[in-house]
Amino acid sequence: MRWLSAIFLLACALPAAAQEEVVSGLSQDRISITANFEGSDLLVYGAVKREEPIPDTGLLQVIITVEGPSGPIIVRRKSRQFGIWVNTSSVEVDDAPSFYAVAATAPLEYVLSQTEDLRHKISVPQKIRSVGAPQDVMDSPAFTDALIRIRQREGLYASAESGTHLKEQTLFSATFDLPANLVEGNYTTRIYLLRNREVIAQSQSAIYVRKVGIERWLYTLARDHPALYGALALFLAGLAGWAASEAFRALRR
Amino acid sequence: MQIYLPIAEVSVNAFLLFGIGGLVGVLSGLFGVGGGFLITPLLFFIGVPPTVAVATGANQVVASSISGVLAHLKRRTVDIRMGIVLLAGGLAGSAVGIWVFNLLSRLGQIDLVVQLTYVVFLGLIGFLMLQESLRTMRRNRTGTAPRVKRHHHTWVHNLPLKMKFRASGLFISVIPPFGVGAAVGILAAIMGVGGGFIMVPAMIYLLGMPTKVVIGTSLFQIIFVTGFTTFMHALTNQSVDLMLALLLILGGVVGAQIGTRLGARLNAEQLRVLLALLVLAVCGKIALDLLLEPGELYSLAKVRS
Repeated sequence: MRWLSAIFLLACALPAAAQEEVVSGLSQDRISITANFEGSDLLVYGAVKREEPIPDTGLLQVIITVEGPSGPIIVRRKSRQFGIWVNTSSVEVDDAPSFYAVAATAPLEYVLSQTEDLRHKISVPQKIRSVGAPQDVMDSPAFTDALIRIRQREGLYASAESGTHLKEQTLFSATFDLPANLVEGNYTTRIYLLRNREVIAQSQSAIYVRKVGIERWLYTLARDHPALYGALALFLAGLAGWAASEAFRALRR
Repeated sequence: MQIYLPIAEVSVNAFLLFGIGGLVGVLSGLFGVGGGFLITPLLFFIGVPPTVAVATGANQVVASSISGVLAHLKRRTVDIRMGIVLLAGGLAGSAVGIWVFNLLSRLGQIDLVVQLTYVVFLGLIGFLMLQESLRTMRRNRTGTAPRVKRHHHTWVHNLPLKMKFRASGLFISVIPPFGVGAAVGILAAIMGVGGGFIMVPAMIYLLGMPTKVVIGTSLFQIIFVTGFTTFMHALTNQSVDLMLALLLILGGVVGAQIGTRLGARLNAEQLRVLLALLVLAVCGKIALDLLLEPGELYSLAKVRS
């Protein structure tokens, strides 16, 4: 029995020794959305840890991704009916990240094979899960494309072909531009090491994006005590209206 | 200076919001319209989600209306008695309107109905007001004495439940003002606005109230209608953004005071022409949006949970 487990351990250890591993860090693992939040830069950096010399089987490539919380979304399309433009068809996309950025050492199709992309879901289109469009919609991919196009324009989806810098096949880093219209939640950064267009190692870490201070307070109050929140909104409106009226009267005297 | 809005979850320029609030506030004080028909499209334009824009716009209108009413109260140009009758009709109407709104949303075409109602009503009212006030201005210029028909007796004057509205100088049945309030309430709930731009011409042309009193009275009833709307939105959709509202309000209350004082200097006919042109401009913009091919045919919407 003991020799069996010894062999098992050896079998596990052998490929691990030959492998290249990722050691990584983040410039910040906690992003606070304050009242004057204007977006943030995120630096993902790291190194490749090896026990052996650099293998000469193909060039090392690195892909780094940052993904925001996911959720369903409705994509609507307008068409002309009786001379006016109306929303006529819609597709509910089951799951799409609110933010997704990919940075690689070279163009993605050059670094990553299609099967590996399918397996690890790395490129932007792979991140969007849409099962079953309604019967009257024949071209559901057009809706997914539109979703990607709109979010790219808003800076929420990004794909940088040479956004990751790799030095001496060991040290790498990438900077991500997190926009001001960031949604709160748990974000994930993933680092993939690739050779011959195949993923040979990966690691992931979490970033917590949270509203803080007055932002947090208002958001929680609106969710948990809507009646109180509504009353507060009306009270403040009344107060402001009265204060302005009084201030102007004082000014005229 | 950028500021992050906690409910809308977008970051926008604080001075831009202050400016929008101020502009709408001036119009509010000047014309007695809440400005909801203007502020909501402007907020869409700077990237605030529609549900948040509608609800927060209503909150801003409450503040600017209060500021405006207080200014009008000091000039004794608010017919509170008339306002209360209109308001009673308005609340009854908005209850019906909310029911119609929910029915239409279930049918899935609420956006279109809202836009079409905007085009039809803004177009109709704008055109009628412009025509009428231009005719009066021309008559005044040629020097012929305007035909003053203060007491033309119609079937309206034979209705029961007569009441004296001293500030307006009217002695009429409460049924017409209640009816006007109800009709405006229905439209206001469907269109998501205070309804001042319908109320003001209705009070002038249907009830025969003097223009001087109309604005203050309209603002008076708008406070309660939009207050009710704000509260309902906060309760059911949690879509009122206080941060956004406060910035708009800051601009709005200041603007409303300026507008009220500006209004005292202009004459009634000029005011009416200006309001008519403004209403027609908004109407034209919405009509163009419906008629021209949009740059992006697709739009994203959050799934309501």
